[in-house]
Amino acid sequence: MKTVFTKFTSKFSAVIVASSLALAGSTFASSAAEDEGGTPHYPLMKPVEQSWSFAGPFGHYDKAQLQRGLKIYTEVCAACHSMNLLSYRNLSALGYSEQQIKNYAAEYEVTDGPNDDGEMFERPALPNDRFKGPYANEKEAASANNGALPPDMSLLAKARAPERGFPTFIFDIFTMYAENGADYIYSLMTGYQDPPEGTTVQDGLHYNPFFVAGTSLAMANPLSDDIVEFDDGTKSTVDQQARDIAAFLTWAADPNLDQRKQRGFIVILFLIVFAGLLYFTKKKIWSDVAH
Amino acid sequence: MSEAHASDATRRDFLYIATGAAGAVAVGGVAWPLVIQMGPNEREKAAGGPVEIDISAVEPGMLITVIWRGKPYFIRHLTADEVASAKNAPESDFRDFAAADSRIAAAEGAAEEWAIVGANCTHLGCVPTKIDTGLEGWLCPCHGSKFDVTGRVMKGPAPTNLPLPPFVFASEEKLVIGQDKAGA
Amino acid sequence: MSGHSTYNPTTGFGKFMDARMPIVRLVHDSFVSFPVPRNLNNWYTFGGILAVMLVSQIITGIVIAMHYTPEATMAFDSVHLLRRDVSYGNTLQSWHAVGASMFFIAVYIHIFRGLYYGSYKAPREVLWILGVVIYLLMMATAFMGYVLPWGQMSYWGAQVITNFFSAIPLVGDTVREYLLGGYAVGNATLNRFFSLHYLLPFMIAGIVVLHVWALHVTGQTNPTGVEVKSKQDVIPFTPYATVKDAFAMVVFMIIMCYFVFFLPDYLGHADNYIVADPLKTPAHIVPEWYFLPFYAVLRAIDFNIGIPFTDIVLIDSKLGGVLAMFGAIAVLFFVPWLDTSDVKSANYRPTYKIFFWLFAINAVFLGYLGSRPAEGIWIPLMKASTFWYFLHFIVIMPLLGWFEKPLPRPASIADAVLAKSSSDTAESQAQS
Repeated sequence: MKTVFTKFTSKFSAVIVASSLALAGSTFASSAAEDEGGTPHYPLMKPVEQSWSFAGPFGHYDKAQLQRGLKIYTEVCAACHSMNLLSYRNLSALGYSEQQIKNYAAEYEVTDGPNDDGEMFERPALPNDRFKGPYANEKEAASANNGALPPDMSLLAKARAPERGFPTFIFDIFTMYAENGADYIYSLMTGYQDPPEGTTVQDGLHYNPFFVAGTSLAMANPLSDDIVEFDDGTKSTVDQQARDIAAFLTWAADPNLDQRKQRGFIVILFLIVFAGLLYFTKKKIWSDVAH
Repeated sequence: MSEAHASDATRRDFLYIATGAAGAVAVGGVAWPLVIQMGPNEREKAAGGPVEIDISAVEPGMLITVIWRGKPYFIRHLTADEVASAKNAPESDFRDFAAADSRIAAAEGAAEEWAIVGANCTHLGCVPTKIDTGLEGWLCPCHGSKFDVTGRVMKGPAPTNLPLPPFVFASEEKLVIGQDKAGA
Repeated sequence: MSGHSTYNPTTGFGKFMDARMPIVRLVHDSFVSFPVPRNLNNWYTFGGILAVMLVSQIITGIVIAMHYTPEATMAFDSVHLLRRDVSYGNTLQSWHAVGASMFFIAVYIHIFRGLYYGSYKAPREVLWILGVVIYLLMMATAFMGYVLPWGQMSYWGAQVITNFFSAIPLVGDTVREYLLGGYAVGNATLNRFFSLHYLLPFMIAGIVVLHVWALHVTGQTNPTGVEVKSKQDVIPFTPYATVKDAFAMVVFMIIMCYFVFFLPDYLGHADNYIVADPLKTPAHIVPEWYFLPFYAVLRAIDFNIGIPFTDIVLIDSKLGGVLAMFGAIAVLFFVPWLDTSDVKSANYRPTYKIFFWLFAINAVFLGYLGSRPAEGIWIPLMKASTFWYFLHFIVIMPLLGWFEKPLPRPASIADAVLAKSSSDTAESQAQS
């Protein structure tokens, strides 16, 4: 009798769950339809998912790719974008030797001091200095770019994550999807195009349907074929550049990713074994008690 | 029957011991990062690199204090009298005798002689003050330890001489504290 | 605590201490010999999990506070210095941030378990109220903790939430200025939030002691809702409940580690990786997921409440929203008296059971609505969902007690267990 009742109630709750999901789904659809009339939601187009070496439980950075990305940053992005949270010494993670890092840093002049005479002075940067930005401060950066402040790039790959929407955000837990930022940067870099008819683009802005906060952005398309020559002979296409800078910025925002994933794998493996042991211990202890 | 019972008991004991051991590993695994995070971070470690000091303006008899890894170091340009008195002082004057030569350094090919020692008293870490009224070196204001011009302890609670940092003369004018080989 | 102590000191030192400071007796009576109903299911392990989460948050919090600088120009950098340059810094920081979310997942399961099995009913009203106080303190702690990294969401979250207090008539703006220590969210706010974020968890720990104390006076409820009647109904806490709780904790930790190590940003907001900027509001300000249902309630009230057919406004929409939001939490305090049924477990309340699940689904849906922009179809849905939330507590709960016909309950826990286990054996025999 009781089991019949439980079966009934479980079926009943299943019906409730299903109908409420359907309700949620239909409201979602209707709201999407409404969006066309109301305020549009950005980005107009979702980032295109790419495959990355650092995705998944065994993900790790591709050092050659990061080196290419650094070159793009140095030769293209760094003209406008700072990277305040990184120090030159961090480049050892890209496979550079101490001497290479010293040489790289020495190309930048940083202000130090005061010296014994109380004056500030310029000196070549050392590995422990932070990345030298292109502008003295944010005001200068904004004024040099017609009022549009080029964002600092240290955390850009984490700071740009367009909403995934229902139900994708639930599947993301199981697919371990955490490359939203990289996909976004790649899509933005390859997404410059002519505006569709009927869309007017303000002077000084550039149409890009992947941009997170509008139809167009102040930055012109920064990449073009062969704008950077790669030291490892990789063909320098816009697609390749977009991919490499996205990977580099992901590293910049999350330099401990390799170590974090390895650590997680070991910890979870141990916990599963521990849980198994506890399960059998519990079974043994409870074997003499009906419950 | 009793044998089956015994093997059952063994299996149970094994299970309990294995579970307990895994629990101990878990506790250790949690404690480890909590302790390790206390150490100097990467920025601090990288900031501990060698420092270069221009010593061209330091006349004999003068003393400058420099900071390496957050701690002060004395760089003392010794006069000929000071060198002589340090070399001639009898072993019995010292609590922790070391040959004066081992504590006096000079740039290669140069005649000037220098004492380069840690500036924290080996007793409890105060910075000793220079004695200007004789040929002795320093007196610690906290607990009265006395050091000669090369930082050897002569009396007082300090048990050992002022420590020698790693250093190298990059040239006659330039001293590097924090590394003991040139060009590295 | 309940009943008489079975602790017997055997060593000389044990006897010495027992006569002077019987702390071992206290621990023995509370966590070793303490009798628990033998039929507790896995939903009852969340109390123990919550205790572990509290300790875990306090320990990781103390540790990361060693690397944190509560100063507006340095806070953001100090958090990222911790994540980048401190040994295990990124693990500890993620653990604390993800830990806050896991703490709330566990507390929500714990609360819903209480609602399902009627754990708030006499004589456990005080136990339940202490629990609601803990929940309130947790929300305050979590909110202030989220401000500390000083990202965009930190800043604007603080801006929005402290504005709740400006809704208070007459003195609201002054109250807010005193909360903030300035005319806007700034360095003074960050400093005091750090101080209070450090203090509140210890207050939570204090209330948890009272909560456990009250629990040990009344004893636990159980899935049958029938009180413990004889020794047959109970088993000692150790080893039975201990090993069961330990197993559940480790399973919970596996889920937590999955997020900490593989999806550390999943439960957070991308905007918090941008340093706080008082001039630029992010496009979508949403609180952390665990506040979303209340955020939906807040935004559902977009109308003034006044005297009908006149222009007199008694409660404007701002104050109304804030009152509704706090009301949604405050109503929990009255649940022991709003539920008029004397049957505890929903297992024997067929109608309440349906409404319980409707309420649970509505609460989750309310959370989803909280993440949606306040526009279009979402606003009427927020209103409907909020209405149902209050209807459940204020109308359905009292009425059900009078109209519902409960199912027959077992005479005792032991009866229920033995009936089940004999039918289980019968079933397994039939299968084999």
